[in-house]
Amino acid sequence: MATNAEAIEQGHAPESAHTALAHQFDNLEQQREAGTLGMWVFIAQEVMFFGGLFLAYLIYRMKYPDAFMAASNHLNWTIGTFNTAVLITSSLTMALAVWATQAGRAPKVQVAFMLATVLLGLTFLSVKAYEYHEKYTDGLIPVAGWFNPNREILSHIPANVTLGQYQMFFWLYFAMTGLHALHMIVGVGIITPIIFWAWRGRYTPEYHAPVENFGLYWHFVDIIWIFLFPLLYLLGAHFGKH
Amino acid sequence: MSNELTATDARAHEWRSRFPTVNYLNADYGIKSWLLTKDHKRIALLYLVSVTFFFLIGGAYAGAIRLELLTPQGDLVQSQTYNKLFTHHGIMMVFFFLIPSIPATLGNFLVPMMIGAKDLAFPRINLLSWYIYMLGGVLTFSALLFGGVDTGWTFYVPYSTNFSNTYVVLAGLGIFINGFSSILTGLNFIVTIHTMRAPGMTWFRLPLFIWSHYATSLIFILGTPVIAITILLIALERLAHVGIFDPALGGDPVLFQHMFWFYSHPAVYIMILPAMGVVSELIATHTRKPIFGYSFVAFSSLAIAIFGFLVWGHHLFVSSQSVYAGMIFSLISFVVAIPSAVKVFNWTATMYKGSISYDTPMLYAFAFIGLFTIGGMTGVMLAALGFDVHVTDTYFVVAHFHYIMVGGAMMGYLGGLHNWWPKITGRMYPEGWGRFAALVVFVGFNLTFFPQFLLGYMGMPRRYHAYPADVPLWQVLHVMSTAGASILGIGLLIPGVYFLWSMRYGRFAPANPWPATGLEWRTPSPPPTENFAVTPVVTWEAYEYRPVEEMRVIGPGESAEQAAGVQPPLDRAET
Repeated sequence: MATNAEAIEQGHAPESAHTALAHQFDNLEQQREAGTLGMWVFIAQEVMFFGGLFLAYLIYRMKYPDAFMAASNHLNWTIGTFNTAVLITSSLTMALAVWATQAGRAPKVQVAFMLATVLLGLTFLSVKAYEYHEKYTDGLIPVAGWFNPNREILSHIPANVTLGQYQMFFWLYFAMTGLHALHMIVGVGIITPIIFWAWRGRYTPEYHAPVENFGLYWHFVDIIWIFLFPLLYLLGAHFGKH
Repeated sequence: MSNELTATDARAHEWRSRFPTVNYLNADYGIKSWLLTKDHKRIALLYLVSVTFFFLIGGAYAGAIRLELLTPQGDLVQSQTYNKLFTHHGIMMVFFFLIPSIPATLGNFLVPMMIGAKDLAFPRINLLSWYIYMLGGVLTFSALLFGGVDTGWTFYVPYSTNFSNTYVVLAGLGIFINGFSSILTGLNFIVTIHTMRAPGMTWFRLPLFIWSHYATSLIFILGTPVIAITILLIALERLAHVGIFDPALGGDPVLFQHMFWFYSHPAVYIMILPAMGVVSELIATHTRKPIFGYSFVAFSSLAIAIFGFLVWGHHLFVSSQSVYAGMIFSLISFVVAIPSAVKVFNWTATMYKGSISYDTPMLYAFAFIGLFTIGGMTGVMLAALGFDVHVTDTYFVVAHFHYIMVGGAMMGYLGGLHNWWPKITGRMYPEGWGRFAALVVFVGFNLTFFPQFLLGYMGMPRRYHAYPADVPLWQVLHVMSTAGASILGIGLLIPGVYFLWSMRYGRFAPANPWPATGLEWRTPSPPPTENFAVTPVVTWEAYEYRPVEEMRVIGPGESAEQAAGVQPPLDRAET
């Protein structure tokens, strides 16, 4: 790589003149490396954050297997599968958006992939909202005073399961999927300015770190769901008998 | 260093007043330039002011506690108020003083300078972490003002869920938010240390301060999120009256203790590891010797961070944990003594045949080694199942963790503040007052907390506002402890006063007053905004110290700035 002095002599702008280079870094390569490592460290932190909830889930799943099995049958695994497919597709479009910036495709292409990601994410959230509403109408919101399952649901609860244990499943279901949904909402918030900048043509093969790091974040949020879906919807489910 | 103005100092003084340099303190003026700064050095000062504020609040509660315990009867406050006093003291000191104290002030200031970087990797995130810290601090502090919390700083359920009508959710929210400032600081340090080291600054040339901050950052990243989610669950449990900790709904209160200590035990190492890093620097600098067994001291920091995550169960020896789990947690807790002892032995070996100075920072380093050893050894006693059951929830435990947190972390913090004060402000603190205050702090500290070991061993339980008057010695020991706390309080006010005084009236500090070998000393005091005029290229190992006798013959050499004429030549050997 030519030094800045050489670059100036040859009539090129010095590398430090790249508008995206922050003052504390020597060059874009160092800046990109720091950003990527920062995102990985952030993800490690997120793993521990979700980890507390996963721990609670595993403990109570082992303690009250019958209650969790009965309760998980009130989740609609067909809708869950559809939503899983939607989210995995959004990861694909995000990966393609990263590729488009790396390969220097036109801003239009970059923006198209990013918008597709946002739309798929919003689809997921809408379906999730529908599911939450379904739980609300069934009286399965695990908050004191609201938790009031109808007679039909109560008739499916095995005799050895207390209502408290049953409620525990829904408490964990809402806590875990709610935290996951919150991360998706934050993700949509973060990608919005990235889409704006992509439209303005800011991302080139030389500089596209924000897109790449957002991609890491989005894939991480996906992976959380990949664990949530089987744990909450599929373990011990009675397929077809919903 | 002696008190009188030496020829060198006089030269520095004249130089500075004739040619005032542009530095990070005078580069920009006005309140906005501070509140919107992205300079890690200014953010460190923002943190310094705010942790001092929260320390004063925590200290006031400590004073009230000691005052109440002066007499056996509950004559100053009753039990309900006393519950709030020790809760507030604990919350303020642990979450808003001890945890951010060294990393967010000295660490923020020194990590980029020690590795030869212009700033931390993410300056805006660094500023954000301060705002998050302040938001968390204000929320928690307002919870204390509105009426307080009476659960103990540990927030144990069901105290914090079913049996408390106090502001648990608000205080918890503040601590939850504050956790993210720790996480962001840790993230910044890890990325900075990985990617921003100056050319030639290899991992094994890093000052041990950096290694210990790296280990601390790992705990920030991997531990803090767990306490965040735990406190969030407590808050939701209180608000929605459901949850995973309430036995009435099939939940398990012991699960809370597991999740709480999974963070809060490593949090003790968040407090002590940075202090250990400071002490490594102080001992090398003030004995003029390289640290004995550098790599062992470096890796012992990582070992403490890793083992720290595997010992939380020793807080649950009497909480229905199985005896086999207790035995394993006991064994691993013993193992933590090994890397800790490696450090203590290596510091001692470093001092052997060194040219030891008795400057204030070194006095605090001495205090650290002695007090940390007492705190650590009593920790080994508490890791033993039988003994721990005997003294569980007594003042023995209180004395033990204060020896680690105050005797260890506080001494490291004070020693570090004195050592780098010339770099931070460009002024010297008054050395005589510094040594005097260090002595007062040491005496006051021991008088406060040593009697508590005896009290605890004799059965005085913690968290009680009254105690029987007819047990011999109990009141005597409590009076000693309160007297010690008063002395300690005065000892801590003295540096507060002379630090403020020195910012205006102190002697100008040379670039390298001790003189030390670290990169942070090879730039003017106070440093320019981007730390170094030219990015340094490191061609030497860490701690290449020579005894003062040798320096008298060959001199300390010139730093880059002296060679460039930015700073007058300085030679400590002359003094």
